[in-house]
Amino acid sequence: MSTRLAQGGRRIDRRKSVEFRFNGKRLKGYEGDTLASALLANDQMMVGRSFKYHRPRGIVASGAEEPNALFNTGEGATFEPNQRATTTEIFAGLEAKSQNHWPSLEFDIGAVNAKLSRFLPAGFYYKTFMFPRFAWKHLYEPFIRQSAGLGRAPEAEDRDGDTYEHFYGFFDVVVIGGGVAGLQAAKAAGEAGAKVLVMEQTAQWGGRAAVDGGEVDGAPVADYIAATVAALEAMENVTLRRRMMGAGVYDHGYLLAYERLRDHCPDEAGPRHRLWRIRAGRIVTATGAIERPLSFAGNDIPGVMLASAVRDYIVDYGVSPGDRVVVVTNNDDAYRTAIAVKEAGLSVPVIVDARVGGGGALADQARALGIRVETGKGIAKVHGTKRVEGVAICAQAGEGAVLDEVGCDVVAMSGGWSPVVHLWSHCGGKLNWDEAQACFRPDGNRPPTDQDGEGFVLPAGAANGELGLGAGLTDADAAGKRAADETGHKPGRGKAPVAADVDEAALEPVWLMPQGAGAKLRMKAWLDYQNDVKVSDVQLAAREGYESVEHTKRYTTLGMATDQGKLSNINGLAILSDALGQPIPQTGTTTFRPPYTPISMGAIAGEARAEIFQPLRRTPMHDWHEANGAHWEPVGQWRRPYCYPKTGESHAAAVAREVMATRESLGLLDASTLGKLIVKGPDAGRFLDMLYTNMMSTLKPGKCRYGLMCSENGFLIDDGVVARLDDDTFLCHTTTGGAERIHAHMEEWLQTEWWDWKVYVANVTEQYAQIAVVGPNARKVLEKLSEDDLSAEGFPFMAWKDVTLNRIKTRVYRISFSGELSYEISVPASEGRALWNMLLEAGDEYGATPYGTEALHVMRAEKGFIMIGDETDGTVIPQDLGLHWAISKKKEDFLGKRAQERSHMTDPKRWKLVGLETVDGSVIPDGAYAVADGTNANGQRNVQGRVTSTYFSPTLGRGIAMGLVLNGPDRMGEVISFPGTDGKTYDAKIVDPVFYDKDGEKQNV
Amino acid sequence: MRRYSAFAVAREAARYHTGWERAWRSPEPKKKYDVIIVGAGGHGLATAFYLGKNFGITNVAILEKGWLGGGNTGRNTTIIRSNYLQDPSAAIYEKARSLYETMSQDLNYNVMFSPRGVLMLAQTEHEVRGYQRTAHANMLQGVETEFVSPQRVKELVPIISLSGPRYPVLGGLWQARGGTGRHDAVAWGYARACSDMGMDIIQQCEVTAVRKEGGKVVGVDTTKGAIDCDKLGIVVAGHSGVLAEMAGFRLPIESVALQALVSEPIKPCMDIVVMANTVHGYMSQSDKGEMVIGGGADGYNNYTQRGSFHHIEETVRALIETFPMISRLKMLRQWGGIVDMTGDRSPILSKTPVENVFINCGWGTGGFKAIPGSGWGMAELMAKGQSSLTEEFGLNRFREGRFVDESVAAGVAH
Repeated sequence: MSTRLAQGGRRIDRRKSVEFRFNGKRLKGYEGDTLASALLANDQMMVGRSFKYHRPRGIVASGAEEPNALFNTGEGATFEPNQRATTTEIFAGLEAKSQNHWPSLEFDIGAVNAKLSRFLPAGFYYKTFMFPRFAWKHLYEPFIRQSAGLGRAPEAEDRDGDTYEHFYGFFDVVVIGGGVAGLQAAKAAGEAGAKVLVMEQTAQWGGRAAVDGGEVDGAPVADYIAATVAALEAMENVTLRRRMMGAGVYDHGYLLAYERLRDHCPDEAGPRHRLWRIRAGRIVTATGAIERPLSFAGNDIPGVMLASAVRDYIVDYGVSPGDRVVVVTNNDDAYRTAIAVKEAGLSVPVIVDARVGGGGALADQARALGIRVETGKGIAKVHGTKRVEGVAICAQAGEGAVLDEVGCDVVAMSGGWSPVVHLWSHCGGKLNWDEAQACFRPDGNRPPTDQDGEGFVLPAGAANGELGLGAGLTDADAAGKRAADETGHKPGRGKAPVAADVDEAALEPVWLMPQGAGAKLRMKAWLDYQNDVKVSDVQLAAREGYESVEHTKRYTTLGMATDQGKLSNINGLAILSDALGQPIPQTGTTTFRPPYTPISMGAIAGEARAEIFQPLRRTPMHDWHEANGAHWEPVGQWRRPYCYPKTGESHAAAVAREVMATRESLGLLDASTLGKLIVKGPDAGRFLDMLYTNMMSTLKPGKCRYGLMCSENGFLIDDGVVARLDDDTFLCHTTTGGAERIHAHMEEWLQTEWWDWKVYVANVTEQYAQIAVVGPNARKVLEKLSEDDLSAEGFPFMAWKDVTLNRIKTRVYRISFSGELSYEISVPASEGRALWNMLLEAGDEYGATPYGTEALHVMRAEKGFIMIGDETDGTVIPQDLGLHWAISKKKEDFLGKRAQERSHMTDPKRWKLVGLETVDGSVIPDGAYAVADGTNANGQRNVQGRVTSTYFSPTLGRGIAMGLVLNGPDRMGEVISFPGTDGKTYDAKIVDPVFYDKDGEKQNV
Repeated sequence: MRRYSAFAVAREAARYHTGWERAWRSPEPKKKYDVIIVGAGGHGLATAFYLGKNFGITNVAILEKGWLGGGNTGRNTTIIRSNYLQDPSAAIYEKARSLYETMSQDLNYNVMFSPRGVLMLAQTEHEVRGYQRTAHANMLQGVETEFVSPQRVKELVPIISLSGPRYPVLGGLWQARGGTGRHDAVAWGYARACSDMGMDIIQQCEVTAVRKEGGKVVGVDTTKGAIDCDKLGIVVAGHSGVLAEMAGFRLPIESVALQALVSEPIKPCMDIVVMANTVHGYMSQSDKGEMVIGGGADGYNNYTQRGSFHHIEETVRALIETFPMISRLKMLRQWGGIVDMTGDRSPILSKTPVENVFINCGWGTGGFKAIPGSGWGMAELMAKGQSSLTEEFGLNRFREGRFVDESVAAGVAH
């Protein structure tokens, strides 16, 4: 059984006991425990079920590479699936539940899959479940979905109770990993004066070095760690962060880091996670190495663990994973585990060393402790189902004939170490195959490169393949100095600390145990514990021609689990290489992708959620609208009132009321969201002549002109009124949605094509509030407030004027989008609300009625004015809309001119704008098409037009519409049919698009 | 080719699965083929498959620089739908969707086409009108879609938040017969079927030059030597411009990286595909249980199959807004694919200025769903010189201004 030892545990504080719950049971751990160590201390070796076969799964590792120990934690606002126990610190009240089983961890119906595993090899689903056809959707897929997945899904209405935040960081040198290599690299860079950030993903500095022991500069390694951390803390130019992981490396020295602030103390205030977006001059990856499992039959049974993890649990947490630990290895490092087990007073029945020559000094030490060592041997089979009961030992060179049976409850395995090269590789760093250590390590000559073509990632220590303590420190010291040097700091002369490395015998690669294992054993030799990929599966993939490492991965799902193959990838591709008869480097690796371990969606989103999910843009009158019952419509990041329904009033009724009040007396519109771009400079007129289809340079100061803007492909992209403020200043109105887009469009042309023209553009949309005063009584209201000449003669249509309204200085444009007498009054945003109030008050005697966007739309449609986004959709040219009058014939060029001369643009068969009146007065549905006879070559019904805008007109008391129709302007009076998705057909007569005040008498008065 | 079936799996189980044959052969190239397709992705393989199946042209080589299915076929978010606005688009995507329905049986390879339904959310009045227009167009195009109410949206996808607060859901365009498929399996299934017809799939074979005589293609040079052909099909999304340059013409194409990510796997909570274009993101749940998430394309041109992070942030924000319960899930992996974008966001399936060279490219962000329809049309174009499916997607449309603009309907990657 696994239990807490009477002594030991560097990381735990035995004085502080912590209560938590696992599957409803109340358990006890100590402060400093991970959930994994605490579970082992409570004899909970089996912790979950695998993905495919629902096999019992135990804790394998002690760090981020753990594939099995994943739990649902918390409830409701704190619920989180797939929490990795080895990286979860326990806290009082932690609630953890095992996953992927029904009804319980011990008795799981899904485990029937394991019995059938012989029939369920890699990719079996590509070969089956095809008949009958409907069964995939209705039978097979639902079943597969239900048995796959891991953690429980949060409930539909669960809301995350935590907050998250983003930080930006700018450092000369960022060191990822706070083991001895990372600390030394940070110290070397910090001493050189570089601005340094060093981060460690766990709660403690020093990594694994202290577990393995050894001396640095003649003192215990633990002392070296403490001293170095203290030295770093004393440096003002160095920032230290624990519980922070380097998540991803991106182009141009961009680094993503993930800091877990409150996962271990959820009751404290503050954000749970913090995502750091860092620009780093140089990134030092001191990310250590991960031990590889060995592939033998039954290596997935709970109790089979990485040798390093067994050692970690004993030394770091004072936890014994079992009483009798069999060690199986192909290298010397695992002997350290045997020694640690023995020194903790536990039994090591045998060390099974696959190497015929056995180990070096550490092996001698183990033998001296009285441990039996078998060389040239392997494990034929592990006995047990939910817990290891023993192993059968065989010759490694043979096929698995059993030589001896040994009882045990833990198997500690080591297949060698693989440097963590993920961050090195994210942005294109290349790898070399190290034959001696049988691992991929960074190729310093092919680093990821930055904007200057310089390598910007420097691997250090074990992550660079320097696995020994002394060699790692030397390497890390050099990396830290180099990083400082390359970011412009003079490295100090200090020497790297000295540590003697134990003389170890060479590792011998062992990819399958025993070497000649037959099909039956290979089907029980696991590579990927979570996804249930076995040696036989990879061999099957190779046999079937899935020879690329990517094919094998995708066919077998090797390395696609939540650990992303941290334990399984190298073993898997070694098996694949062997099957293909090619060297491992030729097979290559799959792509390393961010993040290094999974990061929360909440952290990625940061602060931006709910109301502040996107910036909310408010006009100065926003609060008034809100207080007066506006029904909001999102328009970009603005909200605009759609209408202002009174109590009990429907939206349609409100819109009708607003339209009629405006047409008959006085309406007010908050038009502040309209884009306002100042275009200024000696070349402003020339510039606008290129941007608009019509002539703007001839516009006189004091006058306004409606203009159209096209893309270089000729399509209409925006429209609006341009006012000339003075000789070299224009104010261009754009649509609400177009302000930023058109501003960018102008800048693009100015910066890339006409960079030598003397023009500046400024977006002043938010600097001005704008109110449209609309209706037959509009002038009367303004005259009440002003002594300026506002008469038809003194202030004609399409002019603008500076007007003082009751001491507020305003700029008034006499323009109309409704067909009524209308003034658009512009004031600095700070005066907007005062002006709005003033106009409401002054207009009170005329029943001044604020109206929303829908009334605006209805009135412009009644008047036959086009709306960008309704009449246009990116495929419409001004000529389609009968806007020839706004296209200059005189200008040599404007954006879109040449495009509009192309054959399809001048095709007489292009659909043209017309008005549509339903025969029965009903409203044609939005988006309906007019059908023509027959079908096209692809069997689609022929069409001859479509509706672009359709409304009920309160003014006319009937449905009106605008549309684009084949030869439309030549077919006035003809009735065409629009079938609706509602099953009805709407017959409509083609008419002039101007339904209201055709001669413009009302707006011109 | 030995057929796949549950019986075959059981038979092989008896001998520990040692009897399975290769899914596709791995031959050396011959001296000459009737047709060479460059690019063994979904579109290239489907083109070859329908050349054989519909036109009896089987002396075909499919050349692949890397590993088959390794480009965008193996990197997309596997959505299959045909609710397009413009007639030519609806025709080819609907053809594709209908071929997906029977693909597993046609290829004897389970591509796991899952018609679970695709829902596109309308979150502004403008979007409501846009999708109502698409619904009307689809009705006349023979594409089954409907505009549904917010209540129906909630029934279809209970984890959604209808109420915003910033962009409340006003309805959605629902295509019940859309869904997802297993992307790799599509490539593998076609490859197996092509190989079975006697076609040669040659991987690790990069084309280095296109050889012409008198304005006509006669073959290609490759890293495995020169290979002659009568007709050449270029189907190499992402690198189309490079191949076109070898053949001697230019394309109106830009290559950009498109981002996607998956969460860790969880038990089923979302049965359908949801696309939210106003906030820019879409999500479905794979059969493995991962939430598969797609978002935007990077704003700069690029050939590296990795992306930046800021689009991931925007996409995840959008989806937490839409599905608040995903906030405590974790991102497992992000990746990028190189998509080639045309000016009108529609593909190019076309003859080229070089006689007997045909090109299929420009699928932008939406190629996976089109694979069988694209292959069907491209095969017809190459075999007969014309196809009603590809008619409107010719290169000359850019010269004439005859665009098939789909950005009208969906402003987001898909």
